[in-house]
Amino acid sequence: MSREPILTARGLVKRYGRVTALDHADFDLYPGEVLAVIGDNGAGKSSLIKAISGAIHPDDGEMTLEGKPIHFRSPMEARDAGIETVYQTLALSPALSIADNMFLGREIRKPGVMGSWFRMLDRKAMEKRARDKLTELGLMTIQNIGQAVETLSGGQRQGVAVARAAAFGSKVVIMDEPTAALGVKESRRVLELIQDVKKRGLPIVLISHNMPHVFEVADRIHIHRLGKRLTVINPTEYTMSDAVAFMTGAKTPPAQSIA
Amino acid sequence: MTETKTTSEPAQEFERVLTQSATAVASFDTHEKSPLEKIRHFLHSSPASVPLIVLMLSLIIFAIIVGSRFFTPFALSLILQQVAIVGIVGAAQTLVVLTAGIDLSVGAIMVLTSVIMGQFTFRYGLPAEVSILCGMALGALCGFINGVLIAYIKLPPFIVTLGTWQIFLATTYIYSANETIRAQDIETNAPLLQFFGQKINFGGATFTYGVFAMLLLIAILWYVLNHTAWGRHVYAIGDDAEAAKLSGVRTKRVLIAVYVLAGLICALAGWASIGRNGSVSPQIGQFANIESITAVVIGGMSLFGGRGSIMGMLFGALIVGVFSFGMRMYGTDVQWTYLIIGVLIILAVAIDQWIRKVAG
Repeated sequence: MSREPILTARGLVKRYGRVTALDHADFDLYPGEVLAVIGDNGAGKSSLIKAISGAIHPDDGEMTLEGKPIHFRSPMEARDAGIETVYQTLALSPALSIADNMFLGREIRKPGVMGSWFRMLDRKAMEKRARDKLTELGLMTIQNIGQAVETLSGGQRQGVAVARAAAFGSKVVIMDEPTAALGVKESRRVLELIQDVKKRGLPIVLISHNMPHVFEVADRIHIHRLGKRLTVINPTEYTMSDAVAFMTGAKTPPAQSIA
Repeated sequence: MTETKTTSEPAQEFERVLTQSATAVASFDTHEKSPLEKIRHFLHSSPASVPLIVLMLSLIIFAIIVGSRFFTPFALSLILQQVAIVGIVGAAQTLVVLTAGIDLSVGAIMVLTSVIMGQFTFRYGLPAEVSILCGMALGALCGFINGVLIAYIKLPPFIVTLGTWQIFLATTYIYSANETIRAQDIETNAPLLQFFGQKINFGGATFTYGVFAMLLLIAILWYVLNHTAWGRHVYAIGDDAEAAKLSGVRTKRVLIAVYVLAGLICALAGWASIGRNGSVSPQIGQFANIESITAVVIGGMSLFGGRGSIMGMLFGALIVGVFSFGMRMYGTDVQWTYLIIGVLIILAVAIDQWIRKVAG
């Protein structure tokens, strides 16, 4: 691949006591692609993702975003750098409205004295932007932007979380098991959402256990095993059972594809 | 993403049959809601309406059974005066309960700060203004101690404030040597301490400055909670602290601010209580914590956090005020009041649980 990766990690190490979760792991994400990260439980993929999203601190190794070294101390710093994460738990506040949720932690204040002195929220502006974003992503079957998130279905909540990431993620969107809790039909919409976000030019890191979903939307598949990157495969060249076999160690990937 | 795309070529084999299923996936159920569901939705979106309705009903009931004596401007304004202190402490409790916490030390902070304001003035001869500022600062410090233990040491709010309640109360007794400062002394030497006891009359109604302080405080907090980012963060933390943190809310900082503000408000209540009682005594306000929790619960706020309105707390406090005043005018045993308040508390929580089901 001739293009420069937008996000890279080299030699990441993370130990929890005597357990090594990341053992000199590497990672590359290229602009505009959907990169799936798969691996068996305990392979260290969630540690890898947490390191990229700023939720944990690697003990060793380097990461770069657009060629510049990055050291995140919190998810906030990763967000400020343009890396948005859709957590498996979604990280939404059920009792707050859709608009309030989308802007939680980065609210828009009214212009002028009302905003600077009385710190009044600009509800109209926030609702408009939230509505625009949801419309863009084809989620405007959600009628009332002011309704509480807890009144939405699972798929709609996922939609709100993805819309939030897409609205603010300027460089990378990470999605952790976005279809795990959803039915077949709602999963379909989320997969379409992923394609929509990709069309906007945002690269996506997709963590999933669902092989059909991974093979459908991923451009490349990063297979994690025993705390490091085993290989990166092209989903058109391998079958799902190959991928699972690499993941579990039943099969050894061809030498040239080991990154 | 359109519906047509969904129904064209299925991307996965097992999705082929999806075309036969309902196509309106993410639209809202538009089926006619039963009147009961409509009521539930309304209550879900305006949590202060239940206590407001109960307040209106109780006013009407007492107007009927007690008669015209009850429904006079004087009597009604007397209820407000009696509720003022609980209302102010309840405002502090509201902030804490919204974050899914509980503050058992509010009453103790109130007593401690009122004693400090009095003793600093009379024992050390400080000007009343300085003593009041010292009391305020101490209230904030007490809240800060609660906040640090809860946000950073991560102890449960119930345990922390159970402990600090005893600590603050014991400190009050040790420091004051259980000594009361008489009302006449305050009146002649430091009238500022009784500021909130001053009264305004209009049209037969009597309002103390304490009543205005409560109403102003609640109005300000209502604005802050509903129209500023900080207020939304308070709700978000009570709703789901982990989600709030991941969304970018600085949860620890907000929690500390909530407890400091609660302490400061309790100090204000301490000052106002001097105006209400005239004297400064370590014996007063022992049950302010329970009374404030009662107001909050009857006001429809959820003790699990994130739900409710400060207006509900005000209505809750007024309901308690109306019942205790009305029952006394009616001339029954005061225990009936407690019995009814107990029933109201349980009803309020039951209604809260029912309203929450709107989500399911």
